[in-house]
Amino acid sequence: MNMARNLLSTWAVLLLAASAVLLMGASGDRTSQRFDRLGHNLMCECGCNQILLECNHVGCTYSEQMRQELKLALDQGDSDDVILAGFVAKYGPTVLAAPTTTGFNRVAWIMPVVIFIAGLTAVVLVVRAWKRRPPAPPSDTAGRTSAELDEFRRRARQETSL
Amino acid sequence: MPQLGSFTLLLGLALSVYAFVAGLLAIVYHDDRLSETARRAGIAVFLAVTAASAILVYAAFHNDFSVAYILHHSNRALPAPYKFAALWSGQEGSLLFWCWLLAAYALVLRLRHRVDTRLVAHASVVISAVQIFFLSLVNFAAHPFALVAGTIPADGNGLNPLLQYPEMVIHPPMLYLGYVGMTVPFCFALAALIMKYPGEKWIHITRRWTMVGWLFLTCGIFLGSYWAYRVLGWGGWWGWDPVENASLLPWLTGTAFLHSVMMQEKRGMMKVWNMWLIFSTFLLAIFGTFLTRSGVVSSVHAFAESDIGPYFVVFMALTISVCAFFFVRNRSHLASEHKLESLVSRESSFLFNNVLLLVAAFAVLWGTLFPVLSEWVTGHKVTVGPPFFNKVNIPIALCLLLLTAVGPLLAWRKTSVESLRRNFLGPALIALAVAVALAIGGMRPWVDISYFYALMTIMLSVLVAATIGSEFIRGGLVIARHNQSNLFHGMWLLTRRNTRRYGGYIVHLGVIVTMIGFAGVAFYQNTEQELGFGDKMSIGPYTLVCRSYTQDDKPNYSSEWAILDIYKNGKQITTMYPEQRFYKASGQPATIVANRSTIMEDLYLVYTGKNPENGHPIIKAHLNPLVWWIWAGAHLILIGTIIALVPNLQARRVKPSPSQPAPGRAIDLAESRAPVGARN
Repeated sequence: MNMARNLLSTWAVLLLAASAVLLMGASGDRTSQRFDRLGHNLMCECGCNQILLECNHVGCTYSEQMRQELKLALDQGDSDDVILAGFVAKYGPTVLAAPTTTGFNRVAWIMPVVIFIAGLTAVVLVVRAWKRRPPAPPSDTAGRTSAELDEFRRRARQETSL
Repeated sequence: MPQLGSFTLLLGLALSVYAFVAGLLAIVYHDDRLSETARRAGIAVFLAVTAASAILVYAAFHNDFSVAYILHHSNRALPAPYKFAALWSGQEGSLLFWCWLLAAYALVLRLRHRVDTRLVAHASVVISAVQIFFLSLVNFAAHPFALVAGTIPADGNGLNPLLQYPEMVIHPPMLYLGYVGMTVPFCFALAALIMKYPGEKWIHITRRWTMVGWLFLTCGIFLGSYWAYRVLGWGGWWGWDPVENASLLPWLTGTAFLHSVMMQEKRGMMKVWNMWLIFSTFLLAIFGTFLTRSGVVSSVHAFAESDIGPYFVVFMALTISVCAFFFVRNRSHLASEHKLESLVSRESSFLFNNVLLLVAAFAVLWGTLFPVLSEWVTGHKVTVGPPFFNKVNIPIALCLLLLTAVGPLLAWRKTSVESLRRNFLGPALIALAVAVALAIGGMRPWVDISYFYALMTIMLSVLVAATIGSEFIRGGLVIARHNQSNLFHGMWLLTRRNTRRYGGYIVHLGVIVTMIGFAGVAFYQNTEQELGFGDKMSIGPYTLVCRSYTQDDKPNYSSEWAILDIYKNGKQITTMYPEQRFYKASGQPATIVANRSTIMEDLYLVYTGKNPENGHPIIKAHLNPLVWWIWAGAHLILIGTIIALVPNLQARRVKPSPSQPAPGRAIDLAESRAPVGARN
């Protein structure tokens, strides 16, 4: 049992370490990388519902102008927050490709985590309850008892063992 | 002809109502003759709806622009295959197509009534109720044979250019086959609950029908992805658009059901859960249709906004009420037969699998609806786009990959520590070695979050491949030794003897191949440049040289394109022709992407426009690694699902020993045994 725990915990540690890397995020990237990253966090406002850097509508009157504005802001040395705030001020909150982590928008991020934790808790509770309760009689065993079926399974395993 | 079409639709509705009422009365009064008339009326619904669909297609082929639907979705110069596809290209036609598919599924269900006459009679009543809803829609809310008021125009408005691609001729039918296909398992599940069906036969029938629906839905989703990639020209294949999300929701719950149903079939557990998973899958398929058609959320894929939304809301509310009523009334019938013995068991892995899949489904649904909720609460609309869905769903997908690797190593009931260690250690070491090699090779997870995701995806995919591979090899070796044949023949027989299990493993292999394709996103790059005669542009190892650019005029569209010679490491490898079309009837432009796909990367060229001053084409070049793997994985998933649907090869019969009672039927040895190497 300890070995199984060790194996599972090794993977859990790996995933946790990975999550830590996720939380740290990328830092110190170059202007082109910042353009790419910020451009993928903004929406084109032409009504196409596409990410700014992915809008490819022929004759789109917004995307090229917005890309130029982003380049200009980066050249001026503005921080990410200032650039995004500038876009929100000009185009409204829908220009951001994902909800912010302020105000009611926080709910968008919190809910999946809450559901995930609730789901895991429910599984643990269900497993505990199932381990405690006695099994109900099977609804259809074609005239065989559970013990007989178990015996068939045991024999099947035995005859196909390596 | 339009009048005849309207008549056949009314006839179809009348027959559905009869099939429902007569079927219901036949069940209440145990009248077999009445039940048979209901069944035959149900079969006749298929004929009526087929006639209506044929009449609409006939109108499209004969340019009958007196029919408003044909006027808005076709034109004289439209090529024949797209005239046929016009049937499902608009709101009214696609609803008629939905009715036809539903009638076709119902036909199969009713023709196969001898599988279990009573169960099918109940399921038939439920499916008739669903048919009444959809036929009411096309008769009263979205009539495909509505006539044009006033003068009939000489030509139609044409089909949306984005839909004029071969992939779009097959993508919607596949997706609809998936959506509509989820109705059949729902009908069987509700029927079994209503009649307190004795035994587990209904769950076997439901599972097989769910696999059929899931197969088509998977096919439709991947075809849609392929279409987005090859046609929309933005260089990606999934945009987390509300309509794309809508197709993912029933797919996720259907996938959860296909896993948890094994607990019911093998251990008699999770009956309530499975019942609600099937109900949810059907409801989410209807909800997806509602999203696409009601205008609740904005999407590039949605049909024109219409007023049919309230009809869907009422139908979903009624469906939930009926399901809840019969669940409360008959829930005692769904009691579990066994208890869980250990947390380290196949059963618990399915529980966690279900939690992860349902959390993913919730996250997708939540993200899709949050803009509506936000506007309702705060008065301001927000955008929930790819950054949100990627941040939430990628970690869930990685956890699912880990479970996919561990799951096959766990036995039913309880897994011994020794077997888990023996089977997990090797694959885990291989996966870690691959991860270290990739990190040394340049995939530094600490440099960028996308590199980290890519590394984890590939590492866990290798882990899954190694565990599945070891399952095939171990089982194949046993059979090869027994039959004195080679390993491959052994693995072939192993798969034939338990198609469901090993078909499932092939599906998992397909999933990891697809996931590796997804991991390539971290390394996508693109560049854009204006190219005159002889001008060059470079991306990755490729150099593009503009040989020429030209234009053409055809009845349906005019076009302009560039002719680009492609060099790799100084050697010419091919010539590519990115194109832009201008469709005359609709007055809309569209891009025709030039794509060179290899196992390592796609060179993807888009003609984005031309410089108005000198006429030079502007070319956007994308270098997308590993995209080929996505489509290869999709093929594996489909092959695996088809294998899982094929009946098992005749299993060996167990000779009864004198001291043991003889089983009444052959025991499928492969199915009954614990996973190879996971014995206690």
